[in-house]
Amino acid sequence: MSLLAALSADADLYVAQNVFFAVIAAAMIFSAVRVVTTGNVVHAALWLVVVLAGVAAQFILLGSEFVAVTQVLVYIGAVVVLFLFGVMLTRASLGDDESVGDEKRGMAAVVGVLLFAVMAIALIDSFEDGRLVIENPQSVNAVSDAIFSQYIVAFEAVSVLLLAALIGAIVVARKD
Amino acid sequence: MLLNQFLLLSAMLFCIGVYGVLARKNGVLVLMSIELILNAVNINLVAFGALTDDVGGEVFALFTIAVAAAEVGIGLAIVLLIYRNRRSIDLSEIDLMKG
Repeated sequence: MSLLAALSADADLYVAQNVFFAVIAAAMIFSAVRVVTTGNVVHAALWLVVVLAGVAAQFILLGSEFVAVTQVLVYIGAVVVLFLFGVMLTRASLGDDESVGDEKRGMAAVVGVLLFAVMAIALIDSFEDGRLVIENPQSVNAVSDAIFSQYIVAFEAVSVLLLAALIGAIVVARKD
Repeated sequence: MLLNQFLLLSAMLFCIGVYGVLARKNGVLVLMSIELILNAVNINLVAFGALTDDVGGEVFALFTIAVAAAEVGIGLAIVLLIYRNRRSIDLSEIDLMKG
């Protein structure tokens, strides 16, 4: 298979990076499977932390240190805490989530596997010769320059969206 | 490093997230699966940004993180409201809008 050949030819160039990638990717996939299969909601949130930290590590491998730091701050720092609060406030479901019928689970697995097959074939077909050469990491300067010049409209739109979402969350969850 | 190894990892995470959204009944667990999907998208954005040596990929990954934070806030508020009204967050019981 040409992907494996390309991978072995590439392995000489980036040995350490490829080893780290493989280890982190295996941990991420195992944890992601645990997130969607474990019966305990709190355990699912803790497995999600492993996946999110793995994503941050992949960002570092890709040379995007600022996105990696933001990932740790926002996801592991805030979103997971929000999930744990959600679990705590809806404590009736703290136990098992084993009520799903087998046929629904089977259909979901079929959908997931078929989707992955289609995407994998398309990706291998399209980006066979895509090769990442990361000479030096993207500097935070370049990112901030781009945000505050080229993408300023999108940045302002995201700010307003975040504000609206937070006010909306308060309004929705408030006790009247 | 190959571009494809990141893209395939991201596709794998995406499909695991889709499985979670379809198979789970607990509202909080469905939101966690959506987080998996959004993280898969972020890996794709940053990988293509590294391929083209353009900061646009990173900038949009940051925007995705902000949108995901907003989505979790609203989603958990809705789950909380459903729990308060029905004493359950089993999504298969919520069929109020079924014709």
